[in-house]
Amino acid sequence: MTETKELVKKLADKHGRVRESLIPILQGVVQEERYISSEAMTEIARELDISAAKVYGTATFYSFLDTQPRGKYVIRVCRTISCAMKGKNLIIQELEDILKIKIGETTQNRKFSLLETNCLGWCHKGPAMLVNDEAYTELTPEKVREIINEYMIK
Amino acid sequence: MSNNFLRRVDLIFDQDCNLKDILKSTYQRANDDIINELLESGLKGRGGAGFPTALKWKFTSEQADPDKYIVCNADEGEPGTFKDREILFKVPQKVFGGMAICAKVINAKEGFLYLRGEYRFLLPELEKQLDAFHKVINEIGVNFKIKIIMGSGAYICGEESALFESMEGDRGEPRNKPPYPTVSGFRKKPTVINNVETLVYSFMIFRYGARKFKELGTADSRGSKVFSISGDTPKPGIYELELGMSVEQFVDEFGDGDTKAVQVGGASGFCVPRKKFKDTIIGFEGVPTGGSMMLFNSSRSMYNVLKNYLEFFEEESCGQCTPCRVGCQQLKLGIEAVKKGERHAAYLEQLQKLAQTMKITAKCGLGQSVANSFFSIVENFKEEMIY
Repeated sequence: MTETKELVKKLADKHGRVRESLIPILQGVVQEERYISSEAMTEIARELDISAAKVYGTATFYSFLDTQPRGKYVIRVCRTISCAMKGKNLIIQELEDILKIKIGETTQNRKFSLLETNCLGWCHKGPAMLVNDEAYTELTPEKVREIINEYMIK
Repeated sequence: MSNNFLRRVDLIFDQDCNLKDILKSTYQRANDDIINELLESGLKGRGGAGFPTALKWKFTSEQADPDKYIVCNADEGEPGTFKDREILFKVPQKVFGGMAICAKVINAKEGFLYLRGEYRFLLPELEKQLDAFHKVINEIGVNFKIKIIMGSGAYICGEESALFESMEGDRGEPRNKPPYPTVSGFRKKPTVINNVETLVYSFMIFRYGARKFKELGTADSRGSKVFSISGDTPKPGIYELELGMSVEQFVDEFGDGDTKAVQVGGASGFCVPRKKFKDTIIGFEGVPTGGSMMLFNSSRSMYNVLKNYLEFFEEESCGQCTPCRVGCQQLKLGIEAVKKGERHAAYLEQLQKLAQTMKITAKCGLGQSVANSFFSIVENFKEEMIY
């Protein structure tokens, strides 16, 4: 059995083989494999006995259910107005400089992906970003550099 | 009622309360009695729509189906809104307490808290708090369990029927209404779905009694409310304030001295320009709000603000209905064309007609409410849309 197959089976055992388990299973796949491959989608469809098109339809609807390969650390910078007013463009510029990638891209070593996202709920402490599930607020270019340096050595 | 000053209130954050005692005494009361107390308080849903909470509970309690649910909507995603995060971080037990009281009234054995994906960092602590809550519930012999369900980054899932779809494993696409959740909600069963803040207030009403809550606010907007304040303000953050203040009072307290507009109710809310500050009440008699207040000073381009909102809606539209899917795109392209001079300023009127059509024909609140910010910004800041 491939690793993906095993993972999907394990997740289906944990969450149950019902339609309501689909999103928790997809979330579990993202957590382990950083994205939902077409192999994973086919396997989930088989385990839950629903069509692969249904799995695809649900997976592609949600912005946190990545369907293309992402890095180990996914950085999501809030682009909504309060963060924009507090200088999110400078933050993105700094991240692009440090990581040598553009928004939407992943570093060659597959360590970081850089994305923009809609409102993170830190409007009073913008600019804000998430690195995986961790929230960082009141960012400055210097602060961003420090944060990313720490992730670089992780 | 305060018309001359803005009153800070503290009903929910720092007040100690004994969860066990309040639940115990409330569980001893008759359901009608509980509903009446809530009705008496005048509490309206704090998510923005403002439906009387007591009626939602009452309608659901009247359904004969043996399976009913209470769902806490913790999928706040409105730009400018972050109050639920603070409530879940600081007083989660009171949220669970509100769910438990509702569960008694409607006779639900299961409750769900749908937490937005962006707040996953809250999960470990919430799970811990939930264990402690379940212990209390067990001690008083009540059969009720809450489960936390994680969202995956979709603004539309804050819409109640889209949230049920998501809980059931589907794309978060809103359902046709009616039937309403009180009749057919999660798993097509009668469901009460309340916002985080609504549940906290419900719980605190059973600590203080309806009267104390009712004494605050105005006839249309009872009680206090948690506001999340951002933008050009020296005091960004979370504040609990009595309802019924004017935008002017608000700006006096939170503005930076140069406030030219306040966006009340987030991207889907209303933009109030300086000349209307004095006469606009924040509440159901004026501009309703889920709590988001964004301040803009004269250094800001309202064109950029509107464009940012439209980009948000364009991306967050579920795409199911044409007025919203195509409308959001066209509004954005339209204001860009006017700004670039590719279209005459009169084109804005056509765009307003399109926004009006969206308000009437879009399937759910997302598409319908795009017109709010669009109209109020274009009307009040027309010159900024053109040059």
